[in-house]
Amino acid sequence: MSNEDILKELKAIVEEVAGVDPEEVTEEKSFVDDLDVDSLSMVEIAVQAEDKFGVKIPDDQLANLKTVGDAVTYIATNK
Amino acid sequence: MSTENDVVVTGLGATTPLGGDVTSTWQALLDGRSGVGLLDADWLDKFELPVRIAAQLAVEPTEVLARVEARRMDRCEQVAMVAARQAWADAGLAGDEPQVEPERLAVVVGTGIGGAMTMLQQDDLLETVGLRKVSPLTVPMLMPNGPAAWVGLDLGSRGGVHAPVSACASGAEALAWAWRMLRAGEVDVVVAGGAEACITALPLAGFAQARTMSTRNDEPEKASRPFDAARDGFVLGEGAGIMVLERAEFAKARGARIHGRLAGVGTSADAYHITGPEPEGKGAARAITAALRTAGLTPQDVGHVNAHATSTPVGDVAEAAAIRSAVGDHPVVTAPKSALGHLLGAAGAVEAIATLLAVRDGVVPPTLNLDNLDPAVQLDVVAGEARRVELTAAVNDSFGFGGHNVALAFTPA
Repeated sequence: MSNEDILKELKAIVEEVAGVDPEEVTEEKSFVDDLDVDSLSMVEIAVQAEDKFGVKIPDDQLANLKTVGDAVTYIATNK
Repeated sequence: MSTENDVVVTGLGATTPLGGDVTSTWQALLDGRSGVGLLDADWLDKFELPVRIAAQLAVEPTEVLARVEARRMDRCEQVAMVAARQAWADAGLAGDEPQVEPERLAVVVGTGIGGAMTMLQQDDLLETVGLRKVSPLTVPMLMPNGPAAWVGLDLGSRGGVHAPVSACASGAEALAWAWRMLRAGEVDVVVAGGAEACITALPLAGFAQARTMSTRNDEPEKASRPFDAARDGFVLGEGAGIMVLERAEFAKARGARIHGRLAGVGTSADAYHITGPEPEGKGAARAITAALRTAGLTPQDVGHVNAHATSTPVGDVAEAAAIRSAVGDHPVVTAPKSALGHLLGAAGAVEAIATLLAVRDGVVPPTLNLDNLDPAVQLDVVAGEARRVELTAAVNDSFGFGGHNVALAFTPA
């Protein structure tokens, strides 16, 4: 799965959980500061991403995923 | 005669088994339509439930709320939001220019049971799939202050957000709480009422095991029959009712349209039994008397009583005794649960709206299924069709498991 494909799937998850327009979900955006995703929704996004991509996202790693790009890189590296 | 201390009602909102808003609900009540129907759920057979009927919402809240906001809320929170936004708009407060300081705006929304459906669904997930599938929103969805908290967030209330929990008196108690805040001058506007949505297996099973519910499954629309000799228990309903209440002076200054006045409130407790009402209705009568006293009304002023009457054999008779002793046998009485079912923590709020509209419009809706008035009732209960009557004042009763009694007195604008 390419980074582009990962981003596409991640956009769908963020839209489903937090209602963010997929157009807004680009690699440089911060989940909290730019997309207004709260800590509760981040947990839901992580669980859905784990299921979708077959990765494990432990809490200490989740805390480091500040931007959408961080998440794409983490998923690409760890799946 | 009005004073600056008066509490006026400027906004109404509701979503009920009879309609998705106040206008449709009120019209259905006046027309004598029933909101009760057969349930369609696999758990009815699975658990061999003796009750297979309920009064379900006429309009699903997910059809009204945005998808993402709805998925963060329990159903009881969803209905509270739907009704609160209607009431806010009805009060003329939904425009771009804020008319109330956030620090002078409070919210009081009660619920009887809270997010029971979330509790049950998330427990199922925990048991069957495990921890990681439990929603991080579980606690805010099940907490009984959730409906009040969401409404407070949505309207930007910083003057206090409260959630009285007194079973089936919760919605009425919220209105009483609002009245007290306004009379004390703590805030200028309070958005208050009740919300409930727990039509699912465990609550039905629990109420059925307490032998409080009607099992007239073959005639759903005839099952809720308050004051009728053949009544056999209540029918569970769901929904929400919200009022916007204001200090009269504040409402006048902003030129608000006034539906009527919440003139007085009375609360009391039975200290008798955890579920059963004191059989002579003494506690209920004390609440009614207190409401009249705080309103400056006499029993003769009360032309109409909107009864709590749930259609249980014991409760309806105890309430009738309370009405006769605190008001007399002259008021025109109606029992809206015959049409709405029992909305538990929302009942008092939705029925308070009906009481206020009866005063405003001069008409009392009929009690459905009143074929043979129980001879122990001895009251003028409206049956058949709505009755025109000019009203100076009307009282709404609400009682809850635990021995909670609330009475609200409404007068015209």
